[in-house]
Amino acid sequence: RSFWKGSLASASSVSTTWTELREGLGKLTLLCDANTDGSFLVHHFLSFYLKANCKVCFVALIQSFSHYNIVGQKLGVSLTVARECGQLVFLEGLKSSVDVFFRAQAEPHPLQFLREANAENLQPLYEFVREALKPVDDGEAAWRCPVLLVDDLSVLLSLGMGAVAVLDFIHYCRATVCWERKGNIVALVHDSGDTEDEENNILLNGLSHQSHLILRAEGLATGFCRDVHGQLRILWRTPSQPTTQRDQSLTYQYKIQDKSVSFFAKGMSPAVL
Amino acid sequence: MAAVATCGTGAGSTGSVVAAGSKNHVTSFQRRGPRASGSDSSYSRLVSIAGTRPSVRNGQLLVSTGLPALDQLLGGGLAVGTVLLIEEDKYNIYSSLLFKYFLAEGIINGHTLLVASAKEDPADILQELPAPLLDDNFKKDFDEEACNHKTAESNIKMKIAWRYQLLPKMEAGPVSSSRFGHYYDASKKMPQELIEASKWHGFFFPEKSSSTLNIEPCSLTHGYIKLLQFIQNIIYEEGFDGSNPQKKQKNILRIGIQNLGSPLWGDDICCTENGNSHSLTKFLYVLRGLLRTSLSACMITMPTHLIQNKAIISRVTNLSDTVVGLESFIGSERETNPLYKDYHGLIHIRQIPRLNNLIYDVSDVKDLAFKLKRKLFTIERLHLPPDLSDTVSRSSKQDLAEPSKLLGPGCGVMAGGKKHLDF
Repeated sequence: RSFWKGSLASASSVSTTWTELREGLGKLTLLCDANTDGSFLVHHFLSFYLKANCKVCFVALIQSFSHYNIVGQKLGVSLTVARECGQLVFLEGLKSSVDVFFRAQAEPHPLQFLREANAENLQPLYEFVREALKPVDDGEAAWRCPVLLVDDLSVLLSLGMGAVAVLDFIHYCRATVCWERKGNIVALVHDSGDTEDEENNILLNGLSHQSHLILRAEGLATGFCRDVHGQLRILWRTPSQPTTQRDQSLTYQYKIQDKSVSFFAKGMSPAVL
Repeated sequence: MAAVATCGTGAGSTGSVVAAGSKNHVTSFQRRGPRASGSDSSYSRLVSIAGTRPSVRNGQLLVSTGLPALDQLLGGGLAVGTVLLIEEDKYNIYSSLLFKYFLAEGIINGHTLLVASAKEDPADILQELPAPLLDDNFKKDFDEEACNHKTAESNIKMKIAWRYQLLPKMEAGPVSSSRFGHYYDASKKMPQELIEASKWHGFFFPEKSSSTLNIEPCSLTHGYIKLLQFIQNIIYEEGFDGSNPQKKQKNILRIGIQNLGSPLWGDDICCTENGNSHSLTKFLYVLRGLLRTSLSACMITMPTHLIQNKAIISRVTNLSDTVVGLESFIGSERETNPLYKDYHGLIHIRQIPRLNNLIYDVSDVKDLAFKLKRKLFTIERLHLPPDLSDTVSRSSKQDLAEPSKLLGPGCGVMAGGKKHLDF
């Protein structure tokens, strides 16, 4: 909560604070984009958790490693270094899919379902995550809480998995990462809007009910604007308790810049004032 | 992605823990083979490929789509390693023209071509490519037009609507001044000797459908599996992915796939709503994986207006990098509409990728129309002529409302709007 308000008060780029970490461990954060591109949120969380010295397992299904690396450098982290020293475990979906698809693998591969006609579940992928985030016992550089970051879950639906299989995968990951290891999970799901993508809606609704924090990037209702790229709705939830009080929510509008994103209250874009 | 400028290492980020500048970061585009020896010379190698140029924004390696006007709208060109999806117009007239421009550009630049089709033999497609326009002839025509525009408008000083004086003059369309792309004459054919001198591979599905598969059947249709294997074979054999140390490939592979998703490929998503909904999306995903790890660029035309299940279209859009939709006026009621009399159709830039960047180049012009004018394919900003009729009839008011609905929602990725505001 604190870092969003801080950014609004100074009307500057998103700042990261470490208090955010202390407040919420074992949380599932859902990133959602509707009619716009929410990948800036993924880049932000990746750089945030790496700077916070957390051990990150990044399941990157939609872009290549160098893409995230180059953007990460603009935001102040080096993925190459993080990967080399063991802080970051990176699953590059696009590159691995080519390996899996054209050559039969000796051992089970996390993206094995690409070869199968009717893959039932995402167990190999879950095993990969569990292995990546397992606690290191040799007393070396102790990272802070483990974090699983997925970009994005909707693509798993396009690759033949059903919504239930993806929900099961997240459920297993939550049991291991959030509950057992007190880590966080951040996942991006596209909101398909009025195209009737039922599987995607099931996935989105199912995850929304399990999340502690939902960040929803939307396009402006009035259409394209050069100075305001979209609107971000933040919703804090407590899924474990029945909601006797209303969930707190805030809405900001944002503009994405080369190395940061600036947030402002609705209608308060610097271009208009 | 192929980053020519050292934009990554030189970003100037303060908190970066990047290892000292002597070690260049290896992108997934650089050839993996000669990493040990030539990591510092690989940048210069990338720049010297014919027909490519680095993007001004992020050093991405770009190739021309064959239409300089479209290159401008896409931020300079098509990035190497990405997929350009063209949503076909209703009768596949203009999309096949764009397809041919893409291939013709490859021949002129000396790129290797891979043409895949289930409808026409690739050899026949290559025979029908448009001829390139010689520089001086074309420049004369183009300059004449530009002059005509200028002389008419420069004398007008606005008295009443003087605020509008400050706005930029209404230009016909995005004017491209670079020689990166070439112009083609759609009425003439490409000279035979150029075609024969070029290197190309053809995949004609009816011919290949009988051979056996060596991949266990997954949910992909037979045609897509064979096409993926063919593409992967070419990439590997000819060294476009850098894995073959013998073949130092300094060329781009241009892949053109026609009518993907149509029933001719064996896919039934255009026939029924509950067809094989994962085949096409899986194909696109693996294809993109192949492209990202090789020096190639792909253009796909797809008859999205035939796909019954709209969810597939949105998934396909999310799995492609650049998406451009064509809507021609032929056969629709807009053909006779006086508002559109100058144009042949509309062009919608539905998605532009943000590669290696948080932001991207997006043009301000959202309403674009194209016309096939005097052997040239031009893209212009759509502007409605003033309604000068004495009696404003009901039908013309409705016609005006239609285009204003178009003007409302802009480029889908940036921000989309469900409702338009009526003024």
